[in-house]
Amino acid sequence: MTTTVKPGENTSPPSEFVSVNPLKMSAPLGGALFFLGLDRSLPVFHGSQGCTSFALVLLGRHFKESIPLQTTAMSEVTTVLGGGDNIQAAILKILEKGKPGVIGICSTGLTETKGEDIVGEVALFRKKHPEHDDVPLVAVSTPDFRGSHEDGFRDAMIRTIEELVAKGDKTVKNQINVLAGSHLTVADIDYLREVLNAFGFSPIFLPDLSRSLDGIIPDNFEPVSMGGTTLDEIRRMGSSEHTLVIGESLRGAGEALLKKSGVPYVVVNRLMGITAFDRFLVTLKNLSGRDYPESLKRERNRLTDSMLDSHFYLGGVKVALGLEPDHLFDMAHFLGENGMELVGSVTTTASPLLSKTPGPKPVTGDLGTLERQAESGKAGLLVTHSHGRQAAGRLDIPLFRVGFPIFDRLGATHRLFIGYRGAMETLFRLSNMMWSRDPENQPDTWYPGEKNPIVFGEGTPEEFVPVNFEGHNERSGGGLP
Amino acid sequence: MLNQKVQDVFEEPACGHNKAKSEKDRKKGCTKVATPGAAAGGCAFDGAKIALQPIVDAAHLVHGPIACEGNSWDNRSALSSGSRLYRTGFTTDMNEMDVIYGGEKHLFKAIRQIIERFDPPAVFLYQTCVPAIIGDDIEAVAKAATEKFGRPVIPVNAPGFVGGKNLGNKLAGEALLDYVIGTMEPETTTSTDLNIIGEYNLSGELWQVRPLLDRLGIRISACISGDARYREVASSHRARAAMLVCSKAMINIASKMEERYKIPWFEGSFYGISDMSTSLRNISRLLIERGAPADLAERTEELIAKEEKEAWAAIERFRPGLEGKRALLITGGVKSWSVVSALMEAGLVVVGTSVKKSTKEDKERITELMGEDAHMIDTMTPREMYRMLKDAEADILMAGGRSQFVALKARVPFLDVNQERRFAFAGYKGMVTLVSELHRTITNPIFQVLKNPAPWTPGCRTTPLV
Ligand code: SF4
Repeated sequence: MTTTVKPGENTSPPSEFVSVNPLKMSAPLGGALFFLGLDRSLPVFHGSQGCTSFALVLLGRHFKESIPLQTTAMSEVTTVLGGGDNIQAAILKILEKGKPGVIGICSTGLTETKGEDIVGEVALFRKKHPEHDDVPLVAVSTPDFRGSHEDGFRDAMIRTIEELVAKGDKTVKNQINVLAGSHLTVADIDYLREVLNAFGFSPIFLPDLSRSLDGIIPDNFEPVSMGGTTLDEIRRMGSSEHTLVIGESLRGAGEALLKKSGVPYVVVNRLMGITAFDRFLVTLKNLSGRDYPESLKRERNRLTDSMLDSHFYLGGVKVALGLEPDHLFDMAHFLGENGMELVGSVTTTASPLLSKTPGPKPVTGDLGTLERQAESGKAGLLVTHSHGRQAAGRLDIPLFRVGFPIFDRLGATHRLFIGYRGAMETLFRLSNMMWSRDPENQPDTWYPGEKNPIVFGEGTPEEFVPVNFEGHNERSGGGLP
Repeated sequence: MLNQKVQDVFEEPACGHNKAKSEKDRKKGCTKVATPGAAAGGCAFDGAKIALQPIVDAAHLVHGPIACEGNSWDNRSALSSGSRLYRTGFTTDMNEMDVIYGGEKHLFKAIRQIIERFDPPAVFLYQTCVPAIIGDDIEAVAKAATEKFGRPVIPVNAPGFVGGKNLGNKLAGEALLDYVIGTMEPETTTSTDLNIIGEYNLSGELWQVRPLLDRLGIRISACISGDARYREVASSHRARAAMLVCSKAMINIASKMEERYKIPWFEGSFYGISDMSTSLRNISRLLIERGAPADLAERTEELIAKEEKEAWAAIERFRPGLEGKRALLITGGVKSWSVVSALMEAGLVVVGTSVKKSTKEDKERITELMGEDAHMIDTMTPREMYRMLKDAEADILMAGGRSQFVALKARVPFLDVNQERRFAFAGYKGMVTLVSELHRTITNPIFQVLKNPAPWTPGCRTTPLV
């Protein structure tokens, strides 16, 4: 990487002073999302109860699941006096009720503004309560005012690796870590697991939303996440052979793991579309030394066929795209590879990927920016999360929902995007969306406003000369009456 | 009786093709007999339905078991500016009992129901193979129903087994001549009333032409049968002139209307810029001969000049992406030379064109355009087509929908130029659409992407991530 942009830092000075219909989700939300992918975990927001409840509702609307999320319930007074006591009280209260696998504490804008050191506060708790030494506690600083949910997600991951991964004395053959980016759906993670298994790997996903937020019906109700990466798995990550870092934003987490336990990593920035997945598979083959699985060969054939079938509908479609940087990068390549043209590209936070994203240079902005770009670029399709629906409505173009949150459609987490199969499914969905909008030509399509008089009206004729069934209708005197 | 009709429609003295044939060949007609095991293409019923269904306010009732209509309804893109009734699939869906005892009663009741529920100005009744074999007399049913309900019920006797689509088109024309044309009177007539015969308004192509005729003050008294109303067709015998849209299919309507009603006609095409202009000139010439104002000629020239200029300018814009690209053009009915000229104007090299339905003059014009070594193709097997494309002898195939998969399997761009296509290619605007579609297809990056070998192909040099 040549560009050195610290994650979460804006490279260009802001040209906009009001965010119109935000595209971005907050960093603590990203942190919570990360912790929800750990088994029996309980994310806690250190902030006021409002921040927590908004995040809770949003996560619930996207995943259609009950979301375990606690708060340190800061009030005006405790905020001024310092929230250390509230953190300790919250932890103790949680432990009174049960014993979560991991407690993940994310700071918020409120407590960071006050300058609280959340990591220090948790260290203080450790000192005070040695009886809870075995309780895994991860504190992460995720001020709302810095970065986006991609950043919060990564920071929570780094902190988890630092706190919980063991040194790793011996290497377990074929064990591979997957640092799974926040843009991967449950279906994506499952697919990736299948592919890795087919190459003989036993993967550990961090986090693993495919096992937690995938609609499990539990035997009894517990206020913690159910399923996800287990504590034991996290500890064992240090003895893996390799780490796959899915998304540039997580490079820091790969680095942290390398530092802590010496596991080398590969950054995988693209998994969507045929070209990207070809390269990914070559990488896996080299890492595993195994041959390509047969099932993938068939899938590739199907994908090539579906690319041909869908290019009739997608070729030349102008798209305005609004996503987090990692997601944007992958999606932009995929759309371009399939003949779509990017006319607008908006993202949420800084990333070294932005200068390498195809199409117009992505700008950090909001859905208002995206709407303007879509309008001036005459976009025929909007690709962003559910909040894009109003813009799409105003522009009268279809909205393809990707990213987070998707709250007005079912099944968002079970949509597959990556790999040959995901590319095929996505192409079909996009094509059908465009096809269903195929306008039927009208009498004045080509010469607008020109009348096309119909000489006679439709309907039942009052009078007609009855059909002559006794032979040809030899009426004469046609032409000039 | 049907046999006689089939013989009759082949005795087509006005057909240029027929005149050139020997006595024996002429008898055989212009539709080839289908070869078992090697046939492709629709049946006569299909052809008849295609020809008449664009009469949009009529009900089209298919008498037969479910296959004929069930497998084919709403599968074409003939558009309507009004009524949608023509797209409603009506069939008697004959069952075993009908087959044993005859389906006439069933058919009669079906007609009654349609008239009661949908109140159409007319019902077209299509015969198919099974009822034809068991002897259902649709003429008799139509007659009884017409009398009973006081509504025209038109029998279309073109069961599939009598021949192919082309024959079906002709039999549909016969049905119109026998039972429809001349049965109503127009409210008014003008000196510029024109019939357009054999244009089906697929994807709205009539609307790429109609506004131009409007500008010239020319009234389409009936389009047979694109976007037509029953009443228009029924009173089309009062038109001053007619244009037969290039195809041998409905020639019987044009020539019999000339015979019966003295309506002069010419054969022309709306495909290609120069063909379009020629057609407009012919229309105005014929109408002037029949009493239209003489300045029509001048106004037509002005309109042509303006539209041509605009079209060529629009086509020119696509030149950069198309320059030097090689196209293989395999079309069924469309006269190829005028499309060839538009393609060449856009910078394409036409490496071969089908001349199956072209006349001698057409071929001469192609030679003129493409040079002496013009590759004219009579028929091309899918295998040969595949080989040509696979060997990269062409950059794009323009052909009918059926060839689509041949091209795509060879990873070569394809543009559908036959009837079931999505886009309208008629007139000046249509040619611009054609070129812009070509551009959109040829420049699609997937064809490059798909040429990359799969990672497991020996010698594949896809690099791993680092
Ligand atoms: S061949 Fe006969 S039975 Fe078959 S679809 Fe045509 S009309 Fe129907």
